[in-house]
Amino acid sequence: MNKKASFFPSKLLSALLGTVLSMVMGSAQAAYELNLKAPVTEIAGQIYNLHMLIVYVCLVIFVVVFSVMFYSIYKHRKSVGHKAVQFHEHHMLEVVWTIIPALILIAMAVPATKTIFAMKDTTAADMTVKVTGYQWKWEYDYLDKDVRFISTLTTPQDQIDNKAEKGENYLLEVDNPMVVPAGKKVRVVLTAQDVIHAWWVPEFGVKQDAIPGFIKEVWFKVDKEGTYRGQCAELCGKAHGFMPIVVEAVSEDKYNEWIASKQEAAKTADAGSDKEWTKEDLMVAGKTVYEKNCAVCHQASGAGLPPAFPALTGSKVATGAIEGHLDIILKGKNVMPKWTMLSDVDIAAVTTYERNALGNAVGDVLQPAAVKAARAKL
Amino acid sequence: MSTTSATHHDDHAHDSHGHPTGIMRWVKSTNHKDIGTMYLWFSFTMFLFAGAMAMGIRAELFQPGLQFIQPQTFNQLTTLHGLIMIFGAIMPAFVGFANWQVPLMIGAPDMAFPRLNNMSFWLLIPAAILLIASIFVPGGAVAGGWTMYPPLSIQAGMSMDMSIFALHILGVSSIVGSINIITTIFNMRAPGMTLMKMPMFVWTWLITAYLLIAAMPVLAGALTMLITDRHFGTHFFNAAGGGDPVLFQHVFWFFGHPEVYIMILPAFGILSTIIPTFARKPLFGYASMVYATAAIAVLSFVVWAHHMFTTGMPVAGQLFFMYSTMLISVPTGVKVFNWVATMWQGSMTFETPMLFSVAVVFLFTIGGFSGLVLAILPVDIQLQDTYYVVAHFHYVLFSGAAMAIMGGVYYWLPKWTGHMYDEKLGKWHFWLTTIAFNVTFFPMHFTGLAGMPRRIPDYSQQFAEFNMISSLGAFALGLSQLLFLYVVIKCIRGGAKATNQVWEGAEGLEWTVASPAPFHTFETPPQVK
Amino acid sequence: MSQNTKNYYLPGPSFWPLIASISLFLLAGGFTMVLNKIAMGTPLMIAGGVSLAYLLFGWFSEVIAESVSKFYNKQVDLSFRWGMGWFIFSEVMFFFGFFGALFYTRNVSVPWLADAKLLWPNFVAGWPTSGPGITEAFTAMGPWGLPAINTLILLTSGATLTWAHWGLMKNKRTQLKIGLALTILLGAIFLYLQMHEYAEAGFTIKTGIYGATFYMLTGFHGLHVTMGAIMLSIILFRVMKGHFDSHDHFGFEAVAWYWHFVDVVWLFLFIFVYWL
Repeated sequence: MNKKASFFPSKLLSALLGTVLSMVMGSAQAAYELNLKAPVTEIAGQIYNLHMLIVYVCLVIFVVVFSVMFYSIYKHRKSVGHKAVQFHEHHMLEVVWTIIPALILIAMAVPATKTIFAMKDTTAADMTVKVTGYQWKWEYDYLDKDVRFISTLTTPQDQIDNKAEKGENYLLEVDNPMVVPAGKKVRVVLTAQDVIHAWWVPEFGVKQDAIPGFIKEVWFKVDKEGTYRGQCAELCGKAHGFMPIVVEAVSEDKYNEWIASKQEAAKTADAGSDKEWTKEDLMVAGKTVYEKNCAVCHQASGAGLPPAFPALTGSKVATGAIEGHLDIILKGKNVMPKWTMLSDVDIAAVTTYERNALGNAVGDVLQPAAVKAARAKL
Repeated sequence: MSTTSATHHDDHAHDSHGHPTGIMRWVKSTNHKDIGTMYLWFSFTMFLFAGAMAMGIRAELFQPGLQFIQPQTFNQLTTLHGLIMIFGAIMPAFVGFANWQVPLMIGAPDMAFPRLNNMSFWLLIPAAILLIASIFVPGGAVAGGWTMYPPLSIQAGMSMDMSIFALHILGVSSIVGSINIITTIFNMRAPGMTLMKMPMFVWTWLITAYLLIAAMPVLAGALTMLITDRHFGTHFFNAAGGGDPVLFQHVFWFFGHPEVYIMILPAFGILSTIIPTFARKPLFGYASMVYATAAIAVLSFVVWAHHMFTTGMPVAGQLFFMYSTMLISVPTGVKVFNWVATMWQGSMTFETPMLFSVAVVFLFTIGGFSGLVLAILPVDIQLQDTYYVVAHFHYVLFSGAAMAIMGGVYYWLPKWTGHMYDEKLGKWHFWLTTIAFNVTFFPMHFTGLAGMPRRIPDYSQQFAEFNMISSLGAFALGLSQLLFLYVVIKCIRGGAKATNQVWEGAEGLEWTVASPAPFHTFETPPQVK
Repeated sequence: MSQNTKNYYLPGPSFWPLIASISLFLLAGGFTMVLNKIAMGTPLMIAGGVSLAYLLFGWFSEVIAESVSKFYNKQVDLSFRWGMGWFIFSEVMFFFGFFGALFYTRNVSVPWLADAKLLWPNFVAGWPTSGPGITEAFTAMGPWGLPAINTLILLTSGATLTWAHWGLMKNKRTQLKIGLALTILLGAIFLYLQMHEYAEAGFTIKTGIYGATFYMLTGFHGLHVTMGAIMLSIILFRVMKGHFDSHDHFGFEAVAWYWHFVDVVWLFLFIFVYWL
């Protein structure tokens, strides 16, 4: 085996390269994103530049080191008659190639340190939003503004199951986006209800774990109006890939309008919980609530995914005493979170729906007023 | 049977006569070579098993949308793929090398504790059974990622308990195995084999064993807290009781980061053995290699929280862990420079082991640089938990650890079997693996930069093209490993007779014994000058 | 020690490793079932325990038989020393993990919880604490009652063990036996007092992070004292049978190392769990 060993079998290489190339060419119209998303905040811009700096430095070192290696591989081969030169130490060289990388690292650390201090500075914010991660949705609470809502994925299950054409924002679309004014410093205080999630919007350069029981702070100031999409970035269970984040940065006027409309809607909903609802209206509303919030575990049919997620069809809870049913929704059980972030009307509707659909036909109705009363006792 | 071996023993009883044959040869083995063989086959079996899981993952990610597997099953596949590759494939493979090579390299008759050595191996079996059987219990296998972060892992079903106990058992196996290796190296060297004359592979394993003994008990502690939080009402990881979910991450990564070096240092040792052989030139900067390895080992205990940059540590913590992480690239760089300098002015040939080694130096460095990118905290904020990280750790674990293992197998296979492997097929295996590996994992740098989170079964359409390329590469990579299996079996069954020396440029005690290495070697210690 | 064994002793084929593997499999599988309320669990665990006891008894008997038959030369003896030393190091790291958890929660995460006013408006940082979500009052364990007495007992037991060692070195077998017996007795008293302390404690393992760290650390320490006491008893039994002489007694020394290690862990416990 010490006679001439060829460096590579050329036939194989060309065949493989051909396959790869034709594959890439076949879909040449596609967008091959190669880099970080275009930043829209100052921090994300700094991160972008830091990344480019490091990549270029690494690339230079890489090319230098491996030029030497491949030159050696080309020239210092037995097959070209090169005789080995027996040396195995050179102290000066070893010191040099320890010191130089260390100096390069220091040069990299300086700008990185500056950015870290900037990222951590959550003082002097114009507004604060409390963001809470749930399995598998986000809640946004505009502190001091009485605006609070849940944001869930709106991509239809049919698109996910390949039964329908996938939309433009497949998996990156929600019912209630977070709306913020452009040009204002927004402080986000993050927590989670059940497990660890991570709130991430790539264009902002913000990624922060949401840790149950703890508050973590981050901030961003969006320079450019627009809609920005991110995803949960910490494995949080079965639907981890299905809890996107959508932030709309709008002008201050539009933001104020939006806040006012949200406050108005909250009042209407509050009023709704005092009025008497018909069963039909509750069933219609309940179907929507169920499909948005409950179907991910209990399934659209109510069959569940035992043993982790029990069936609702024919279940003791959904066909037993209505108080017990409401109790579990408000308090949660095992993996199931407490659903107190839903409105009284939503809870009343979904409870009614679960008892009179999904193969159940108990016949009774839960009024929002009863939910309000039960909630007061929690 | 408790005292038979004691009462029948005399100084020359331990030759191959009277040794059990058939299955009992393996079950009752106290021979480092047989045990090494078992470790290597176990590792290879697990490699194929967890590799098949990776095929399932890549099949699902071939296109956007859910095609073959549901999200929960997907999470189970990624979790088990990680756990089995790390604890079932890579670590046992290195222990297999240590078993075969350390006694041969230092001129010892066997490991210091031959029975414990066998126990370390046989403990792998119940652990593997527990991990694999957990797929079939109600609720399915663990799905919270190989890192098992609570509270998600506290929600999980009984498969989590099975996995925790499997890891406990693997921990016992690793600790006992490491004590054995350290003792062998310190106490069983042939006369004249001073520490600074030891082959580099032995040095890297000495330091790896130290890391294992220091890190595995800490993992055991973390897992024990997880069990008590799950079943006995403690609140280590529950804020309501004053605990903190992030506490688990600290304890886990205090184990986990040394673990990363546990999986790469022996690979460095293999490279430092193979490259001088085929450059026909001694290793450049032996002493600095030893010091660099030791420096990596020490630093590996103070960098752990760089896995947790997005948990929201205070600035001081973030800066400390960023600086220490950046620092660790210095000794790692020294190693790469030393390998290149070893090749420089050599008289190189490129048999399969050398091809693998050169590729590892090249590709591992890519993984090293992406690691440096990730060390820069602000950049890590963007890249944490994205496919960039997946690309990074596959560049260090596959094209670092796994391909070094493959190179090592080709290098020592003639010594183990007495036959030369099929060089042509070996080269095919090398090129298929290297190309398919890069097709699979290089695009992941781009999907990660563009914002694709890891551990998701479905993704938005902007990532479709690169994912398809990755999947095609992965299928080719998976299939190529069957060729590896074929080459190894072919070599065991026959082939050109290997000489004792095997490789023209090889140096060391293992090349002074016959090929295949006899059942017992160095019963009388050799004299090392 | 006789040096007729020129070569390093290498044991022949052995079944013990497989039995070890089966025992741990039964224990792990059985415990999983017990935790998940599957009836098979308890019998499996009992089978695993019996098998483990058989293994330990059989394997150690074999090693002791080899030792008294003088199969082990100086080099083997040194291997045992390296092995035991690194084993104790692994135990140190095991406790290090739990002490680390204690340090982190006390100094880092509990103050963070107190800062999270949005979630826990009434929580004030401090130690001991059961966290913001557990409001039942509890009384913490002070250092100057039983724990201080226990510290004295364990320190004394270290001294009696060293005294026994001196006896062994000087071939004073009676001193050796008395020293060992005293050590075991002190260990047993320690364990009894520890159980008494648990029974009287004003909190449980469920009492938040304080209860969790307290019982985890002291519990694992107690387990180690128990194992140490059993090992000392075996050594005493072997001494009675006439094993060990003034040169050749690593079995004794290994257990002594272990006992001193357990002592040192207790000192750290006393300072960080009970006192500060």
